[in-house]
Amino acid sequence: MDFGLSSEQRMLQDAVTRYLSEQSPLGHVRDIAAAATPYSPDVATGLADLGVPGVIIPAEFGGMGLGLLEAALVAEALGFSVAPVHFAGAHVMAPLAILLGGSDSQQRAWLPKLASGAARAAVAVSQAVEGRDGVGVVARDGWLDGTALFVLDAADADLFVVADTTGALHLVAADAPGLTQIPLTTIDKTRSVGELRMTGVKADPLAGGGGRTTRRIIDAGRIMLAADILGAGTAMIEQAVAYAGTRVQFGRPIGSFQAVKHMCAEMAAALEPCRSLVWYAAHAFDHAPDESTLMACHAKSHLSEVGRFVARTSTEVHGGMGFTDLAGLHYWFKRIGLDRQLLGGPELVRNEAARVQGWIAV
Amino acid sequence: MDLTYSAEHQAFRREVLVFLEAHHHAAPKGGGAAQRPSAEAVAWQKLLIAHGYAARTIPKAYGGYGAAPDILKSRIIGEEFARAGVPPGLQSQGISMLVPTLLELGTEDQKRQWIGPTIHGEVIWCQGYSEPGSGSDLASLQTRATEDGDDFVINGQKIWTSTAREADMIFCLVRTEPDKGKHDGISYLIFSMKTPGIEVRPLVTMTGHAEFNETFFTDVRVPKSQIVGKRGQGWFVANATLKHERGMLGDPGQLESRFLALAELMRTETAGDGRIMDNPILRDRLLRLQAELAAMKFNGLRVLSASANGGDAGLARLIVKLQACELAHQISALAIDALGELGVLYESSPHLRAHGGWQQAYMFQLGLIIGGGTAQIQKNIIAERGLGMPREPKLATDGGRL
Repeated sequence: MDFGLSSEQRMLQDAVTRYLSEQSPLGHVRDIAAAATPYSPDVATGLADLGVPGVIIPAEFGGMGLGLLEAALVAEALGFSVAPVHFAGAHVMAPLAILLGGSDSQQRAWLPKLASGAARAAVAVSQAVEGRDGVGVVARDGWLDGTALFVLDAADADLFVVADTTGALHLVAADAPGLTQIPLTTIDKTRSVGELRMTGVKADPLAGGGGRTTRRIIDAGRIMLAADILGAGTAMIEQAVAYAGTRVQFGRPIGSFQAVKHMCAEMAAALEPCRSLVWYAAHAFDHAPDESTLMACHAKSHLSEVGRFVARTSTEVHGGMGFTDLAGLHYWFKRIGLDRQLLGGPELVRNEAARVQGWIAV
Repeated sequence: MDLTYSAEHQAFRREVLVFLEAHHHAAPKGGGAAQRPSAEAVAWQKLLIAHGYAARTIPKAYGGYGAAPDILKSRIIGEEFARAGVPPGLQSQGISMLVPTLLELGTEDQKRQWIGPTIHGEVIWCQGYSEPGSGSDLASLQTRATEDGDDFVINGQKIWTSTAREADMIFCLVRTEPDKGKHDGISYLIFSMKTPGIEVRPLVTMTGHAEFNETFFTDVRVPKSQIVGKRGQGWFVANATLKHERGMLGDPGQLESRFLALAELMRTETAGDGRIMDNPILRDRLLRLQAELAAMKFNGLRVLSASANGGDAGLARLIVKLQACELAHQISALAIDALGELGVLYESSPHLRAHGGWQQAYMFQLGLIIGGGTAQIQKNIIAERGLGMPREPKLATDGGRL
């Protein structure tokens, strides 16, 4: 019995954190945010050298073969540094979909390339989370038609994992005839979100890609977004505490004023238990399948609420500077804002949690 | 992350289950933790100690079970008793605060005289710490103990002395060295509540009940031998027990059972067109609390693991009192809101739900947010000790104690 991380898990997270602090400092994040595509190929390559794209892909396909908890630790490190690279969609949801639902040949065709970083996959399942008028992909006789919004990790993708209106999953090559990719511009310039329009696109269905697989990858994605918020929130509190310790007003560091100190304490008190919730949700995904959807919902909704509070409060601790581009805090603020809405905002997710428990009709 | 228990712990869990199956009929009905325990409760306590499910790590020589400390076994006992809905052993300030203090800092005579009767519910204690002028700034306390022959003579007033009316004994902080700095002039005394010169007045709170008292001391004579620790070390002795109190206030098992009662209420009670659970706004609030509860539960496991492995979970531990008391209060608040107009009923009103317990809890839990270190003091601790933020500069005073 040990509710905590192993030394190997800490080492993995430390390696990613260290790499990002050296190779993806705020200056690099700014450069990427100002560029046309919110994605850094250089950082992605460096992370591939650490094995990040293959974190959950089994060793037989060239991955690290680790669990969702390890993936969550990587996600947390990426959020901490607001790293402008893919993760939840490309390196967790997509390989998981192929692992759970793909045929042998689909797995052999894609998993080794995804694990090495030679190919990238994006995930289009938004319609399975929350339907929207005029949106949706219809599968008919092996052909896909329609529109998918909020495609995760869309930039530079070679492959799309697409949910149709029944929740079944399909693989679509990026160069498939009839497929149009449109980048969506969000508040967050560190993560890539896109739109797909399909007119008679050849589908390659995942044989085991029915509703349950879709459910599983959404659970996994929500846990990754929660972990990203955890990392981003941790970074924001650290910055607020550091700033409050050095900024002097009325002849003393503002951090010695209880009004400011209590803001920081409230943030830490709210965020610290989230760490255990994210760990447990990720652990349960692999080891307690009965609980995993509920825990994924709790992690996603709770981190979204606490994340918003931390993002706002840590900005306020910085006073006027927190509001400026100069301080750069807004990159974390926006990342948390994006994570909160993707794969369902907290109200939607909580309603699912009620359904999962049988508290309301399915 | 390994959430499985070892073979030894699994076997221990089975033992606990066998015990509960065989003996749950003997458990006392109803709580009454703050009162003098009933004969039934005392007998239950004796049975639990004999089996090692209460006073588990207290040495046999002092009337305990004498097991080696094993935080996981303690947790297993707590979990299984809670799951079976069987009351655990007695809970009182004597057991949770005085006994650990005596074990750590008492003399051999003090341990032999007091620990056994206390853990068996035969001697009831109250705590004499806070004073009207010394709440958050406890170390500024002014109750004086002056030397006279072999005795200390005590004059002053304490407040928030829960169970003072029922108590046989008090553990009390007094100022023995008024000329020393405020932390260095305090001593920790234990004495009988029947000592001449003690007057107890019930302190009625917003709940309508007198859960606390004010206790007045006028020339109360206490033999000097009834000091715990050395003279002037009372602050250190008291902090050894405050540590135990803060741990006690953040029990996630209790929070979970309150939450389950709330969820059950919302599933079964109807209001308007359907069950309360069908109201999306109230349901959303319920789920929000459930997620927070899950976070606190796993945070508790993390703190437990760290301490089982001889470590300290730091921030994860420091935030427990603040967050758990607030969460408990919010659970009660939602129950009241879910009940709508029924939520205001109290005492023995017709149509009362849950014996008026939600309103009672809502008010009493506000007391818990304030007591045992206010929310604001907790935030200072989290910021200064957990986050390393600068302390408030101290005001210069004219020779005053700081």
